[in-house]
Amino acid sequence: MELFKMTAVELSTMLKEKKISSVELTNSVFDNIENIEDKVSSYISLNKENALEQAKTVDKSIANSEDLPPLAGIPIGIKDNICTKGINTTCASKILESFNPPYNATVIEKIHNNKLVITGKLNMDEFAMGSSCENSYFKKTKNPHSLDRVPGGSSGGSAASVSACECIVSLGSDTGGSIRQPASFCGVAGLKPTYGAVSRYGLIAFASSLDQIGPLARNVSDIALLSNVIYGKDNNDSTSVDYIFDDFTKSLVNDVKGLKIGLPKEYFGVGIDDSVKNAVLQTAKSFEKMGATVKEMSLTLSKYALPTYYIISSAEASSNLARYDGVKYGYRTEDFNNLSSLYLKTRSEGFGDEVKRRIMLGTYVLSSGYYDAYYKKAQAVQKMIKRDFANAFQEFDIILTPVSPDTAFKIGEKTDDPLKMYLEDICTVSINIAGLPAFVIPCGKDKNNLPIGMQLISKRFSDDLLIRAGYSYEQENCIWDEMSPSLLGVK
Amino acid sequence: MKYETIIGLEIHSELKTKSKIFCSCENKFGSKENTRCCPVCTGMPGSLPVLNKTVVEYAMKMGIALNCKINRVCKQDRKNYFYPDLPKAYQISQFDIPLCEKGYLEYYSQGQKKKVNITRIHIEEDAGKLIHDSIYGGTLADYNRCGVPLIEIVTEPDLRGALEAKDFLETVKTILQYVDVSDCKMQEGSIRCDINVSIRKIGETKLGTRVEMKNVNSFSGALRAIEYETKRQIELVESGKSVDQETRRWDDDKGINIVLRSKEDAHDYRYFPEPDLCPIVISDEWFNDVSVSIPELPNAKLFRYINELNLPEYDANIICLSLIKAKFFDECVSLGANAKTVSNWILGDISKYLNENNCELNETKLLPQYLFEIIKLIESKAISNSSAKKVLDNVFETGKHPEILVKELGLIQNSDEGAIKELALKVISMNEKSVADYKAGKLNAIGFLVGQAMRESKGQANPQILNIIVKELLDNM
Repeated sequence: MELFKMTAVELSTMLKEKKISSVELTNSVFDNIENIEDKVSSYISLNKENALEQAKTVDKSIANSEDLPPLAGIPIGIKDNICTKGINTTCASKILESFNPPYNATVIEKIHNNKLVITGKLNMDEFAMGSSCENSYFKKTKNPHSLDRVPGGSSGGSAASVSACECIVSLGSDTGGSIRQPASFCGVAGLKPTYGAVSRYGLIAFASSLDQIGPLARNVSDIALLSNVIYGKDNNDSTSVDYIFDDFTKSLVNDVKGLKIGLPKEYFGVGIDDSVKNAVLQTAKSFEKMGATVKEMSLTLSKYALPTYYIISSAEASSNLARYDGVKYGYRTEDFNNLSSLYLKTRSEGFGDEVKRRIMLGTYVLSSGYYDAYYKKAQAVQKMIKRDFANAFQEFDIILTPVSPDTAFKIGEKTDDPLKMYLEDICTVSINIAGLPAFVIPCGKDKNNLPIGMQLISKRFSDDLLIRAGYSYEQENCIWDEMSPSLLGVK
Repeated sequence: MKYETIIGLEIHSELKTKSKIFCSCENKFGSKENTRCCPVCTGMPGSLPVLNKTVVEYAMKMGIALNCKINRVCKQDRKNYFYPDLPKAYQISQFDIPLCEKGYLEYYSQGQKKKVNITRIHIEEDAGKLIHDSIYGGTLADYNRCGVPLIEIVTEPDLRGALEAKDFLETVKTILQYVDVSDCKMQEGSIRCDINVSIRKIGETKLGTRVEMKNVNSFSGALRAIEYETKRQIELVESGKSVDQETRRWDDDKGINIVLRSKEDAHDYRYFPEPDLCPIVISDEWFNDVSVSIPELPNAKLFRYINELNLPEYDANIICLSLIKAKFFDECVSLGANAKTVSNWILGDISKYLNENNCELNETKLLPQYLFEIIKLIESKAISNSSAKKVLDNVFETGKHPEILVKELGLIQNSDEGAIKELALKVISMNEKSVADYKAGKLNAIGFLVGQAMRESKGQANPQILNIIVKELLDNM
C-alpha cells in the first residue's frame, strides 16, 4: 500500500484504528521523496530525523489509546518562509541561507500541538516574490505533471510536494496568489484565508498587509482539517482577528442549493486562455446543475488591482526587507571597509534580481515627492476595490473566476520578462487587496494534460462557505483521480 | 543686543512602563548587554509588534498635561533608515496623525509667565546602543534599549534665548514626573533633546534659517549648546555669510558643535502606515479615566503659590520642583499652617535633613500633620524655635507625635511670668557683678543674665518673656 498517496482523512482513520503507524507513514513519505525529489525538487531542507522522532511519539500515544487531535501523525511540509525553531528558515534566499530561527511561528506551535509530523521546508520564490518558483536561490522546483514546466509560485514547493505526494498536506503563504496559482498549476487544493484569520507571527514578511498563511492538500476534507489547526486569533499578531470560526469539517456537506454565484466578466476577457476559460465556465454549469444560480456580473475596478498590488506590496517589501543588512543574522559580505559598503555589498550579493527589483520599486513609490502619486493613490484604490467586492457580495454568495490566465508554463519561458510574469497574478491579487478568502481546486485539464484550477471567492469570514462549495464540487465531479501526476504511476 | 534667538525643541523622554512598547521584555535600564531582548525587539524575521497600551496611556497623560488635543483615532508609521542600532531598519513612530497635537505650556522664566505652543506629542520606540570597543577594535551592538517606549514632544519655535529654553525644559521634566510617566534620569538618557536654533534681528518677523542640534543630553548642556550656536550664527551673519540649513552634533565636552549632515543629505525616511499594527482608538471612557488621573501640575501650582499664597517665587519654585514636597506643602497649608512658615521649614531644616540622609520626604516619618503641630507649638509659645528643631529631628528618627516628643524630651517652654520672675531674681542675686556692669552702662550684661537664667531653666523658659522681665528688674533696681 502506497501510504504517501493517501489523504489525511483516510490516513487519520487508519492511524486511529492502528492499521498503520505514523512511523510507517512517515517512512513511506520519505521513501517517495527519495525516489522523486531529484526530479521535482520541492524541498530546500528535509527534517527526516526529527520527523521520525515526532512520528514515534505519536505512535506511543496511539498505543496508549490517548486522545489525539485529528491530524496527529500526518506528515506536513512547510513553506520555507515560516519560522521553525531549530530548522533553518531561508525564504529561499542567500541572505537567510544560514538563518536558524530562535522561535516558532504561531502556526508551527499549532502544528506541534496537533502533533503533525514536519517533513521539511519547501522551496519557494525568494521572499515569496514570483509566480514560478524560479526565483529561489537554491533550486528550481518542477511541476510534477510536466517536469519541464514550473509549479507556479511563490509556494511552488508547497504545491508540487503535495501533488507529488512528498507530503500529505502542506502550508504555503499567499500575498498575491502565491498559494492559489501553484495549487492551480499542480492540480491541488489551496486556500487563501480571510486576512487576519490565520496568525502571521513567524511568517517572514513580504507584504504585511497582504500576506496570509494557508493550507494545501489533495482534497477538500484535508483542507478543512488543516484549517481547523491553523485558524484563530493570536495575541502576538495585532492584525489577527478575533473571529471564532466554526469547525470547518461541519462545512463538508454536499449542498449548494440556492447559492448565488457570480461570474465577473472582467475575469474571462482578453489574455485568459480559452481552455482555462472553458473549464471554469464548465464548472459554473456544474454548480448550476447542483442547484446554485449562476449569473454574469461585473467587478469594474478589476483592471486596477494589479498596479495597486504591485505598489502596495513592493512598498511594504522595501521596508520589511531592510532588516537584512548583514549586521545581525544571515549573510554578511566577506569584504567591506565601512558601514555603507557592508550594507551595499551584503544586500547586492545576498538578494536575487526579482527581490532587488521590488525593493527598488517599493523604495521609489514611498519616496518623498512620489508617495502621494503612488502609495497614497494605491491605498485609495484599495478602498474602492474593497467596496466593489462588498457591493458584489450584497448580491452574490460566491464569485467564481479562473486562477491564472494559463496553465503551467515552461521553465524559463517568462523569466526574462517581469511584466509578463506579473500578469500571472491578474486573477488573484484583488483578493489580497480586499482581504478576502479564496479557494482554489482543480476543475479540469488542458490539451497538454496540465491541471486547470478554479477560484472561489467569498466575503470576509465566509471561508467555511468556500469549503462547502469546494466540497460539493469535489463530490459531484471526480476530479482527484486525474490530478495524480503520471510520475507517480497509476493511483 | 541686536539679535534674538528663536528656539524650538524636540524632547525625547523614555516612559517608565514595566515592559517595552511592542513586546513583553522588561523595560529596565542597566542590564548586561543583549539580555533584555527577544525576537520582536531585535527585529527577527517573522516577528510582529504588539502595542503596549500603557504607552498610549502615558503619552496621553502628557498630552492632557500639555493641553493637547488627543486624536481619538491615530495610527503608527514606519520611519525607514539604515543604522546598526535599529535592527528592523525602521523605527515604528507616528507621522501625520500623532496621538497628541496643538497644545501649549505656560511656565515661569526669569520672573515672568511665558507660553510655548506644543506642536505634537507622539509615541515611538527607542533604538539600541552602539559600543565602540577599543579592545575588540570594532563596534558592538547592544539591543537592550530597542523597543523602550519614548514620547517625542515637539514645540513651536516659541522660545527666545537659552535661559527660556532651560526653564521650559525644567518645567517639562517636572510635569513628566508629576504625571508619573518618566524617571527623567538624564544620566541614563531617559530624557534627551534636539534643539532647533535660528537667529534674527530684533524687530524682524521672518524666521531665520534654522540649524538642528542633536546629542544634547542635559539641560545645562542645552544652555551651553544654544549659547554656542547663537554666537556662531551671529558671527556668520555679521561677517556677511549666511546660515546653512543643516544638522549639527553638539559635543558637550569640547563645547562646540560640528556638521552632521547638510540639507542635501537629509534622510528621506519614506514614512508609511505600519501595516503590522491596527489604528489606536481611544474610547471616551479611557480618555476620561486618564484625564481625571492628572494631578494639579507644577506650573499651575507655582502660579497659585505666588499669587494666592504670596510665596516668594524662589520658595514656590523649589517646592513645585518636587511633587512630593508640593503635596506635603499643600497638606500643611490646608491644615491651617501659614504658607511662608511651612515653606521656611521645607526649604530649611527639612531639606537639610533630606540632603544629609539622601532621601525623599515621603520616605521619612515626618507627616504634614506633625509639621503643622510643631508650628502650632511654636506659635502658642509652648516651645522655642530651637526646641522645635530638636523635635523635628526626633520626629524624623522616631515618627512619634510632636506633643509626645516635647514631653519626653522635657522641652515644654515656660511662659509663666511669676515663675520666670522668680528665676530672674535668683540669677540677678547670684551675679552682682553683671548687675553692676549693666548699671554702669554695659547693656550687653543683660544677655549674660538671660543666658544664665535659660541654663537654670534647662532651656524651658520663654526667652522673650525672660528678656523683658530681666530688663524690668534691672531697670527698677
